[in-house]
Amino acid sequence: MKTPLVEFRSVCKTYYMGDDIVRAADNISFTIYENEFVAIVGKSGSGKSTCMNIIGCLDVPTSGTYLLDGRDVGQMDKNELSEIRNEKLGFIFQQYNLLPKLNLLENVEVPLMYAGVSKSERRKIAKEKLEMVGLGDKLRNKPSQLSGGQQQRVSIARALSNHPSVILADEPTGALDSRTSREVLAMLQDLHKQGNTVVLITHDNSIAATAERIIRLADGKVIYDGPTADAFKDEHVGGVGA
Amino acid sequence: MKLTESFSLALSNIWNSKMRSFLTMLGIIIGIAAVMVIVGLGNGMENYITDAFSSIGTNVITVSVTGSGSSKTVTEDDIYEIIEDYPDWFDHVSPTVSMRSSVKIGSDTYSRTSATGVGEEYFDIYDYEVAAGRELRYMDMEKRENVCVVGCYVDEVLFDGQALGDTLRIGGKVFTVVGVLDQIDDEIDEGGSDDAVYIPYSTAARLSYAGSASTYLVTTDSDDLVDAGKEIIEDELYEIFRTDDAYSVTTLSTLLDMMTEMIDLVVLVLTFIAAISLVVGGIGIMNIMLVSVSERTREIGIRKALGAKERYILTQFVIEAAVTSAIGGIIGILCGYGLSSLATKVITQMLGETLNVVPSTMSIIVAFGASALIGIVFGYLPARKAARLNPIDALRHD
Repeated sequence: MKTPLVEFRSVCKTYYMGDDIVRAADNISFTIYENEFVAIVGKSGSGKSTCMNIIGCLDVPTSGTYLLDGRDVGQMDKNELSEIRNEKLGFIFQQYNLLPKLNLLENVEVPLMYAGVSKSERRKIAKEKLEMVGLGDKLRNKPSQLSGGQQQRVSIARALSNHPSVILADEPTGALDSRTSREVLAMLQDLHKQGNTVVLITHDNSIAATAERIIRLADGKVIYDGPTADAFKDEHVGGVGA
Repeated sequence: MKLTESFSLALSNIWNSKMRSFLTMLGIIIGIAAVMVIVGLGNGMENYITDAFSSIGTNVITVSVTGSGSSKTVTEDDIYEIIEDYPDWFDHVSPTVSMRSSVKIGSDTYSRTSATGVGEEYFDIYDYEVAAGRELRYMDMEKRENVCVVGCYVDEVLFDGQALGDTLRIGGKVFTVVGVLDQIDDEIDEGGSDDAVYIPYSTAARLSYAGSASTYLVTTDSDDLVDAGKEIIEDELYEIFRTDDAYSVTTLSTLLDMMTEMIDLVVLVLTFIAAISLVVGGIGIMNIMLVSVSERTREIGIRKALGAKERYILTQFVIEAAVTSAIGGIIGILCGYGLSSLATKVITQMLGETLNVVPSTMSIIVAFGASALIGIVFGYLPARKAARLNPIDALRHD
């Protein structure tokens, strides 16, 4: 059967801003299974960034339980969080977040380095992944010598380098024009077809439509969770409701 | 992640901002070089003095008798007796009396020419040989003869080489020159070792109204016996005076020790001052590391998101600071060597004497260790700041 990878059970996240309590995530529950392609959609302030931080193990819930591949992330200390990020997650950021002083190979090697993979092995994997995203001829270039789309492909290669359980893409097309956006999205779809679990976080419905399943957030709550096909009908309902 | 990788990462970060790294190191470079040159200079001075002393002879004991605090007196004969009681220890002994009166030849006064009353063994103590005539003899002492032996400067310059048999006057008394010494210094010069007149100590004591000599030079059979010899003389004199205020017995080695101690003290103080610049250098490193941490906040965020533990970030920044500081230390050591050899050349040129400025191996090891330590100590605070950054905030940082 399908293995649950990302499990949110009544996850809440509250921040204190002065005297006000902000409920960024308010009792969110959902489960993402292996080999799913899920888009988490919401306007700014809907809580999707909070969700993304918690899924990405960059933050822990205030209450509720988050299980990543069966492990309770809420109970982890900072070191264990670093470890699980390294082991289970592949990040693709809106701003690519490549290290500007390192060349492409070295950039892709970073997660492997923290995983303790030997230098020669790292080189081999990094080369392989970069060739996979079509940048095999630019291994020694610096990120600044590449176009935005190419940089995002590097960050995809980096996200894949340590065979993560979940690929977490945070607005991956936010900084790209529509043509390269389509390329990057097609690449995510390919990854999904190859058996990877992809979680796409976006505010843009048309981008979200690439996914198979949509989880829509508003005001820190899940207002829709279902197949993409039905999502836009509900969007109107949700829109009116809000 | 291995430590070697942290090192190569640190090196590439330092290399990527060469100018800034160099400026950061400058404080350390100057501090280390200064410490090395100062310690080297101190060593050089000590070596120079030791050499100078050993050329005079380190088996000489100087006995000075003042008699203060005691009613007893000691004559030359008493001292001779003490020395003769220990033939296995002592070799030569000579009273010396420094004359305050100037030497006069004809109507000219030579105030820089030294006149000294000495015993007959004085010339053996210093290995002075007569070039012409004879040395002073026991009978000259016994009879308080008005005879003298002159240095070759006195002979050649003051007497035009015709001193032997001629006369000079000291304190109104006329002395006949009975001997001329061989040249002692490399160059004969006014006021030098060759510009001297030696008369019998007995004659000198009477002339100076002191009655007896107050200073004695004693040599031991070998350098090893100096300390034992010194103790023997001290014990014997204490037997007579019953107070150790009445006399002082010094050897060149005690004098040498005193001077070495003084040099060490001066070097220590100067080193301390130079070490302050090391601390200033350390603060410079801390400053730049703090700037570097805030500049690299985003990088730290990315690295943490990709799985870097706090420990790795901490290690990376501490190592970067330590490596910066250690490279500064190495450059400082090289500069220290350069400056030392430059100082050697300049001093040798200025003094006309060889004074080798040699930085000790110990000072180099300590300097290098200190520079690395400074990096670790002053790099720790910024590194901890970096390690503790929240990855979410750090990623959002521009």
